[in-house]
Amino acid sequence: MNRTAAAPLTEAKAAPKRRSFLKRWDAPIAGYLFIMPWLLGFIGLTAYPMILSLYYSFTDYTLMEPMQWVGLRNYTKIFTADDKFVTSVKVTFMYVLASVPLKLIVALLVAMLLNRAVKGISAYRSAIYFPSLIGGSIAVSLLWSNMFGVDGFFNKILAVFGIQGKGWITDPHTALWSLILLTVWQFGSSMVIFLAGLKQIPSDLYEASSVDGAGKLVQFFKITLPMLSPTLYFNLIMGVINAFQMFTSAYVITNGGPMNSTFVYAMYLYERAFSRYQLGYASALAWIMLLMIVVVAAVIAGTSKYWVFYETETGGRKRK
Amino acid sequence: MRTKSQKTLHHVLLTVFSLVMVYPVIWWIGASLKSNSELSSPGLFPSVPKWNNFTDGWKAVPGHTFTDFYMNTFGLEIAVMLTTLISCTLVAFGFGRLDFPLKKFWFSLLMVTLMLPGQVLIIPQYAMFHQLGWINTYLPFIVPHLLASGAGGTFFVFLLIQFVRGIPPELDESAKMDGCSWFGIYWRIVMPLTVPAIVTVMIFCFLWNWDDFLGHLLYINSVDKYTVGLALRMINDSQSGQQWGQLLAMSLVSIVPATLVFVFAQKYFVEGIAKSGIKG
Repeated sequence: MNRTAAAPLTEAKAAPKRRSFLKRWDAPIAGYLFIMPWLLGFIGLTAYPMILSLYYSFTDYTLMEPMQWVGLRNYTKIFTADDKFVTSVKVTFMYVLASVPLKLIVALLVAMLLNRAVKGISAYRSAIYFPSLIGGSIAVSLLWSNMFGVDGFFNKILAVFGIQGKGWITDPHTALWSLILLTVWQFGSSMVIFLAGLKQIPSDLYEASSVDGAGKLVQFFKITLPMLSPTLYFNLIMGVINAFQMFTSAYVITNGGPMNSTFVYAMYLYERAFSRYQLGYASALAWIMLLMIVVVAAVIAGTSKYWVFYETETGGRKRK
Repeated sequence: MRTKSQKTLHHVLLTVFSLVMVYPVIWWIGASLKSNSELSSPGLFPSVPKWNNFTDGWKAVPGHTFTDFYMNTFGLEIAVMLTTLISCTLVAFGFGRLDFPLKKFWFSLLMVTLMLPGQVLIIPQYAMFHQLGWINTYLPFIVPHLLASGAGGTFFVFLLIQFVRGIPPELDESAKMDGCSWFGIYWRIVMPLTVPAIVTVMIFCFLWNWDDFLGHLLYINSVDKYTVGLALRMINDSQSGQQWGQLLAMSLVSIVPATLVFVFAQKYFVEGIAKSGIKG
């Protein structure tokens, strides 16, 4: 990607020196005019708000009263005297650690199944992708809260097998798991990305290893997994970033309860900011969230050199 | 070669799995026709379908019907899709085709914002829009999309850049010879060839704004401006002795637009995800 971007740039630099400064680029002004919408958006709606939010985090901003600088007080309070912060961090990590790997494993297994189907692949893919299409909506959250209630559909299925059900959403031990299940149910996008990755693995690798007598399991660990590792890496990073921000289903289905067992970080952020209007305190929470995500992503990126395998010899561009 | 029985087993597995995946949706359709007492009884469909779950549900919010909420939501969607179309294609053409100072620097910032968790921006953006007096209007959705920074904006720019780079540059060269301006090249040559990617962008723009529950919750607070999602939550919160049938019926209707988009544009959909690694 970067290589293709750099190519015309170096060509321009190699051009005769007598050209004026701006002539080094073929469209110095037009280029800026074209990217102007994004540039304004980046400055006004991303960079400036980020700085603003950092500033707020050192104040006790409430929208109504004048802002007061409080130094590090918000941060010290969060880290030393805020039980709800601790709870929400625990719940969020539980959610991330359970939902992201489960979702990826299911997505990979189903993608491998689909990859081998010749007939009817698009019908299967549609059926399996459908939950992901609608999954983020409030409609599905409402469906879920009915399905996993005491009289819900899930207990009726269990009853068929003679298992006594319970209120999955009202029990603090299982409420988070019902939300995790909702997330895992929507593995469709990861699956489609895996499927695209699987299609890129040259089939002669499998044929050659079959000749050498490698079994299916060996092939999976020695060929499929290494060849798919860049895709896996991408899915993992994006999955973690999204999972840390989980909000709608926790807000609609359980509203953080029972006994704060589904009180995810984003809910706490929402509560402080928009129920109590403590925007300063909430900004500090938001920055801590950003740092947590950055640290987790950096840890994953740091370990990637041990398990992500980049194929170097093909060299050609993958995308058309 | 695999044997026939292996292939059959394979298809049986996939069929069973597909059914498990869509079973909740099938149950949902049945449940939307049930009365409260029948909801807890087994069986997918009720003995007597209660069609007035749909008609009563449509009027469940006092003083309004869901017609209003759908009009609001579709109005918002059209505005957001149009602004996204204009801003994202211009930016993608700039990054994908033109050379200008600091291009690499800006592009790397674009890549960083691609990863930036949106929730960090919620509070300061809310404070800004509050000061501008934009609360309870649709401007907090439309203006960011006009600046390619709305829900998924950076993703759309990225996806379009990838596509624009794939269009042969020889086409521009000949147009330049004929005296075509950059805007002319963008409008007459690159845009028409980018249509498949634009369709993908429009689909995801539609879906993500439909599901942007947190955004709607924050910025819209009078019922006459409510979107469908907010109306659903209102029914869920306000009804005592909850009418699950009505609620499930209205929820079911609310996923119809997304389903139709999926059915008619599946090809663009799947390609969009596979090529850009877009989240669903």
